[in-house]
Amino acid sequence: MKNLKITFVFIAFIVMASCSDDFVDVKSNNENSEDYFNSEEDYQQALIAAYDLLQSTYLNVMMGEIASDNTLAGGGDANDVAGIQQVDDMIHTQINEQLRNIWQWMYAGVNRANYILEFQDKTDFEGKEKILAQAKFLRAYYYFELVKWFGDVPFAVDTRIQFGDQFSIEKTPKEEVYAQMEEDLIYASDNLTYIPEQVGRITKGSAQALLGKIYLYQDKFDLAGAVLENLIDNGPHDLVVDYSTIFENDNENNIESVFEVQYTDQEGASFDCLQCSEGNIAVGFNGIRNYDGPLFESGFSFNVPTQEVVDEFEEGDNRFETAILDINAWAAETGATFGTGHEHTGYYNRKYISRQGDANTGDANLTNPNNYRAIRFADVLLMAAEALNRGGISDDRAQMYLNRVRERAFGDSDHNVLASGTALTNAIYHERRVELVGEGHRFFDLVRTGRAKTEIENNNGIDVIRNAEGDIISVHDDRIFQEGKNEVFPIPLIEIQLAGNQWEQNPEY
Amino acid sequence: MNKNFLTLFILIFSVTLFAQNIRVEGTITEATTDQPLPGVNVILKGTSTGTSTDFDGKFTLDNVPLNSVLVISYLGFQTQEITITNNQPLAITLQEDSESLNEIVVIGYGTQRKKEITGAVSVVASETIENLKPTRIEQALQGQVAGVNIISNSGSPGAASTINIRGISTNGDSRPLILVDGTVIEDLSVINPNDIETVNVLKDATAGIYGVRAANGVILITTKSGRKNMPLTIELNMYGGVQETTRKIPLLNASEYALLINESYAANGENLPFPNASGLGQGTNWQDEVFETAPIFNTAITLKGGGEKSTYAYGTSFLTQDGIVGGNKSNFTRLTKRLSYSLDFLENFKVNAGITWTHTVRRTLPETGIGSVLFNAINMAPTIPSNGTANDLGFEVVNPIKQINNTFNRGLVDKINGNIGLSYNFFKNFTAEARYQFNYSQVKGKSFSPIIDYGNQGTVDKVFDVERNRVAVNNDFFRDYTFDAFIKYENNFNEVHNLNVLLGTSVFKTSGSFNAFAGFDIPNNNIGNASLENATDVENLNDDRDTSFDARLLSYFARVQYDYKGKYLLSAVIRRDGSTKFGPENKFGYFPSGSIGWIASDESFLEDNSFINFLKFRASYGILGNDRIGDYRYVSVLDGEGAYVFDDILYNGTAAGGVSNPEIKWEKQKTLDVGIDMRFWDNKLDVTVDYFNKKTEDLLVSPPASGVIGVGAPGSSPPIINAGVVENKGLEFAIGYSEQLGENFKLNLKYNVTTLDNNVVSVSQEGGFVTGGAFGIGQDPPARMEAGQPIGYFRGFKTNGIFQNQAQIDNSAILNNNTQPGDLIFVDLNGDGVIDEEDKTNIGDPIPDATMGLNLTLDYKNFDFGAYAFASIGNDIVRNYERNLPNTNRSVYYLDRWTGEGSSNSFPRVTTGATNNTLFSDFYVEDGSFVRLQNVQLGYSISSDTAEKWGLNKLRLYVSASNLFTLTEYSGYDPTASTGEPIGGGIDYGFYPNPRTYLIGMNLNF
Repeated sequence: MKNLKITFVFIAFIVMASCSDDFVDVKSNNENSEDYFNSEEDYQQALIAAYDLLQSTYLNVMMGEIASDNTLAGGGDANDVAGIQQVDDMIHTQINEQLRNIWQWMYAGVNRANYILEFQDKTDFEGKEKILAQAKFLRAYYYFELVKWFGDVPFAVDTRIQFGDQFSIEKTPKEEVYAQMEEDLIYASDNLTYIPEQVGRITKGSAQALLGKIYLYQDKFDLAGAVLENLIDNGPHDLVVDYSTIFENDNENNIESVFEVQYTDQEGASFDCLQCSEGNIAVGFNGIRNYDGPLFESGFSFNVPTQEVVDEFEEGDNRFETAILDINAWAAETGATFGTGHEHTGYYNRKYISRQGDANTGDANLTNPNNYRAIRFADVLLMAAEALNRGGISDDRAQMYLNRVRERAFGDSDHNVLASGTALTNAIYHERRVELVGEGHRFFDLVRTGRAKTEIENNNGIDVIRNAEGDIISVHDDRIFQEGKNEVFPIPLIEIQLAGNQWEQNPEY
Repeated sequence: MNKNFLTLFILIFSVTLFAQNIRVEGTITEATTDQPLPGVNVILKGTSTGTSTDFDGKFTLDNVPLNSVLVISYLGFQTQEITITNNQPLAITLQEDSESLNEIVVIGYGTQRKKEITGAVSVVASETIENLKPTRIEQALQGQVAGVNIISNSGSPGAASTINIRGISTNGDSRPLILVDGTVIEDLSVINPNDIETVNVLKDATAGIYGVRAANGVILITTKSGRKNMPLTIELNMYGGVQETTRKIPLLNASEYALLINESYAANGENLPFPNASGLGQGTNWQDEVFETAPIFNTAITLKGGGEKSTYAYGTSFLTQDGIVGGNKSNFTRLTKRLSYSLDFLENFKVNAGITWTHTVRRTLPETGIGSVLFNAINMAPTIPSNGTANDLGFEVVNPIKQINNTFNRGLVDKINGNIGLSYNFFKNFTAEARYQFNYSQVKGKSFSPIIDYGNQGTVDKVFDVERNRVAVNNDFFRDYTFDAFIKYENNFNEVHNLNVLLGTSVFKTSGSFNAFAGFDIPNNNIGNASLENATDVENLNDDRDTSFDARLLSYFARVQYDYKGKYLLSAVIRRDGSTKFGPENKFGYFPSGSIGWIASDESFLEDNSFINFLKFRASYGILGNDRIGDYRYVSVLDGEGAYVFDDILYNGTAAGGVSNPEIKWEKQKTLDVGIDMRFWDNKLDVTVDYFNKKTEDLLVSPPASGVIGVGAPGSSPPIINAGVVENKGLEFAIGYSEQLGENFKLNLKYNVTTLDNNVVSVSQEGGFVTGGAFGIGQDPPARMEAGQPIGYFRGFKTNGIFQNQAQIDNSAILNNNTQPGDLIFVDLNGDGVIDEEDKTNIGDPIPDATMGLNLTLDYKNFDFGAYAFASIGNDIVRNYERNLPNTNRSVYYLDRWTGEGSSNSFPRVTTGATNNTLFSDFYVEDGSFVRLQNVQLGYSISSDTAEKWGLNKLRLYVSASNLFTLTEYSGYDPTASTGEPIGGGIDYGFYPNPRTYLIGMNLNF
């Protein structure tokens, strides 16, 4: 009898143990992405994550400059970051880790913006259009980068590209992508204000400036001129009086910043996940090699200005001291010491090299807090000038905008440009180069204005490599810019393969 | 019906009653020692009547019919049958029989006699473990068991090993399931090898009864326990010794280095860095600076015994081991305590319980690759004094001595696991069992990075320079439990049909959370102050995301075992497993397996064969499921990273984490095994042969994925997919020979060899391959999984000597204009006149073609000698510990470099200019075959008379040397260097070599 009882207890035990299948239905404590967007807070949180990838554009800025005739790759040795070295020499192939990074990171940004827009109708609240406007701006910003680098690209609107979609999503002509960017930026400029709720957020001015830039890239001079002049006339922006203060950390988000990518040194970072850094990685890469001295800190000596761009500065141009650091002159003046890396030209990209005064959170080279002034009001003025001039709209107003920039540069009106027509166009091109040197615009400006081959190949005997004493030891080899090929970069081969070999590689790669 | 039953019962009872019954008494002793054996089972054959011996080895059994048979059995001894012809007291001696066919082998929810096992099971006995003195139990498996390959991930104290049973068949996690007395454990470091009685390895589909987690094989560990009616015995084991490195890589000395660096600068038209190279002498030998002789010490006490109805065992151990690099900076210390107890409440109701507590402290130095101490020692210039700084050696190479002094990493694990089992026997043939087991562990880590400037002129120019000190603290929790409940039915029909049926269910749940914080500005830059309380700007490293996890398994299983006269054996298992790792559509899987066996030696035509003592044929086939992937990967979860700055404040947003794939489903392993077990010549020769074919379908992989789906986002990762089929085929052959030569000499020789052929049958991933591993900096991953190739093969350029002159270059396909005389010739495999991606090919793979082990033990009088060797043949290894910067040091093979036409056709020139020689090619792939003498040991035991006089059972003293020498052509530290990854293993990033160890020790029993 007793045994029987125990038996029953046992059997009951086993029955109890035989859980139902629900036992293996477990949800993560983190929310499911399909069940999100139930409050304004959710939209705001997703928007922060969509902004995040702006910080990864450090690579676009740095490589864009290196690809141009403004700077050489530099670095530690001839094999240091092969992907960057190859782009500098215009011998890049479809296997290039850094181009792949740009591809991956910009699509990560596109997907995060599209995530918000996919669920834009789910929950209503007051002021939602402001969030959507920022998301649309970000989507346009990331797509613009993709189109600049790769031309025609796979394209999705208001939906994430999810696993499996990569096999069916088609390469879309860049005109279609541009059309969407325009639509997004018009929406953004209509729904945002010039003064943001928080510093660092996208403004109406950011949207107008980017829209104008995108028009300009398509040679839509009328539209570009209109929107840029609208911004000049109605926006709150102005030139900073003293050019030398623009790029310093204590002058971030100044009146000249129409759009600025925000960085911080609060968090650590490592080479394992560069896109996870909250700092401006380009600044550490551009830094002076083995530097010991005042004001600056050392870095990896990439992105070093060429003699050619140094020579481009006119006599009396006070921007030179801010834009270019002549390391030998600086060392002589301050007693600083430095090392020489690969392709040492004797110059550094002073706007974006490591400076003292940050927290040096480890890895200190990856966590520099310097914001990237993505669109400066000077850029807006020069774009407006170019649109008005090249569109045959008004050389007078073009001169006016150009000379606003030049008057600050020279501190007087004696250096004002009075030319018109093509001479004015060339003056604007020259001004863009020196005003914006080191800021990552040059290569794409050359490509969109059809001057890439001439300018990039025209450095014969000028791009000199020096030793530590500043003596010339060699001349940087000529580069070949193949028209019909090098205007865009190859889609990384692995990306084509991983998407099922359905996209045609860009011509000639 | 009832009436008939009653009649039958009375009839049987009457027969018993009327037969002539006597009382039988006897004493049972152990043959070798003449010691009485308590707890021996004495059973009247064919009945459940029986008794067991008392403390003095005596038993009494009443009502024994004349001419009936008594079965005397005891675990670990040969079973005897004695026919009772009179009532004279019996004096029975039992022979020890550790290798016997009657040995009981644990096979999952039950035991089986070794003879009747139809699966491929290997056993490692406690004496082997005793001889090898492993600090971790994996070390005792290497070379001992055919088909098991152990890859030591590092030689640093406390480092884990990767265990591969019959090749790499899964991409993710190829760890086998490990059970200690039925309790699942994930980390073998928590076990004290001294506590282990036996290790069984289940290699084929018969492991399927363990379900999901058994797809990579099962390792069953039984710990030492007491026996019933056993007086308290105490075992004390102690050893101590020293460890040293097995090898130092021959590098250039200061003079050789200076000349080489000068030459490479000159080759690029640069000034000579050492204009005066003479008189530099030997310089600093950085390897001598970092390697040291390190102590190791272990002591363990085990108490065990048993009463009439209970058994108990208690063990405690302490191990402390310094590293051969960094000494106490890489110390590993382990303290374990274990208690087990079993009690028979009633004849048919039994309880057993056990609890283990483990405390480990491990200090670590940076290991593996750039930034590791050994990598720095190899690449540091010999011209720099030992207290100097690594100027001009790039940003990653720093003074390794300084690095050791400024590294403070400590990991602390506290783990408790326990189990309780109830077993209840009812209705004669039924047994119900329930088992509950749990693991709870807390893992605490702390690392402190003091302010440090590793040199060059600048302040933060080295990657490892720290300008703001930082403390990082993690505190992780893991909890799991397994509950098994099952009913067994055992019966015998007509004396010839044996049937065994098992029905059961098992639930498993594991959960836990990760917590990590970091803070800055520790006062005085001092490790003593390094705590979060003293830090400023404390940040949550998980960005306030929820890091908890909860994974579960739910299984039902059934097994039928049948044999006819113990000769024809049959077993079948079906299991239904549900896992939280898969989406609603794919949660459950059904996994069947079956096996058959035929003991041919029991057939009449072989029964009296004097040559063949035993012959068994067996075969098994089954499908096993594998779910070893991360949690919640079938659904897109918002656990990614998305942070941005507004108003100068860093805000954490919400973003998707790893890309999801709702379609993921169970990986399936289809395993076939055919084997023969044989014994010849009075059981002196023992042969086991197995053929296996393991095919993994729907392989679970997380390969690189298309960037357009957002895998490049912070906190994201590629989706898991079911990609491809991998096949492992091979042959296992094990032979053992034991001989007693005269009274004093005993010899035991064992050899096993496993051949392995790994082949990726298909990869369903678009693009057709999956990559892994790393070579140099910024180069494509060198290892691949691709159809028609072994998994993780190395893909790179094939070389064909060195370009001797410009004319040769002009007439050859070249990669680019960097090519100059003295450079490696890359072979234009497709003959299209250019060297490009298409010319890369298979230049080796890390999977050995064959592995083998040889064990020899000799006993002569009171001396015992043992030697264990292991060999691996046909595995390739990638030399990736050379930084190849202009000023880093080089291996001595650079002395044979190309210096001009005709000077060398194997080693390229040196230059500081742009060169393709550093690209991944077969120049960097070496044959990693080796033979290693794992252990040699000599012991002396005092005679039993002396022992008795001293009041001891046993006293043995020994000396032992492990990892004594390795025969290999590989130029790195250790040909076993590997991270153990399925794709990306076999790449030597500057491996911490497995130390050579000399020990002296003592085993004492009383």
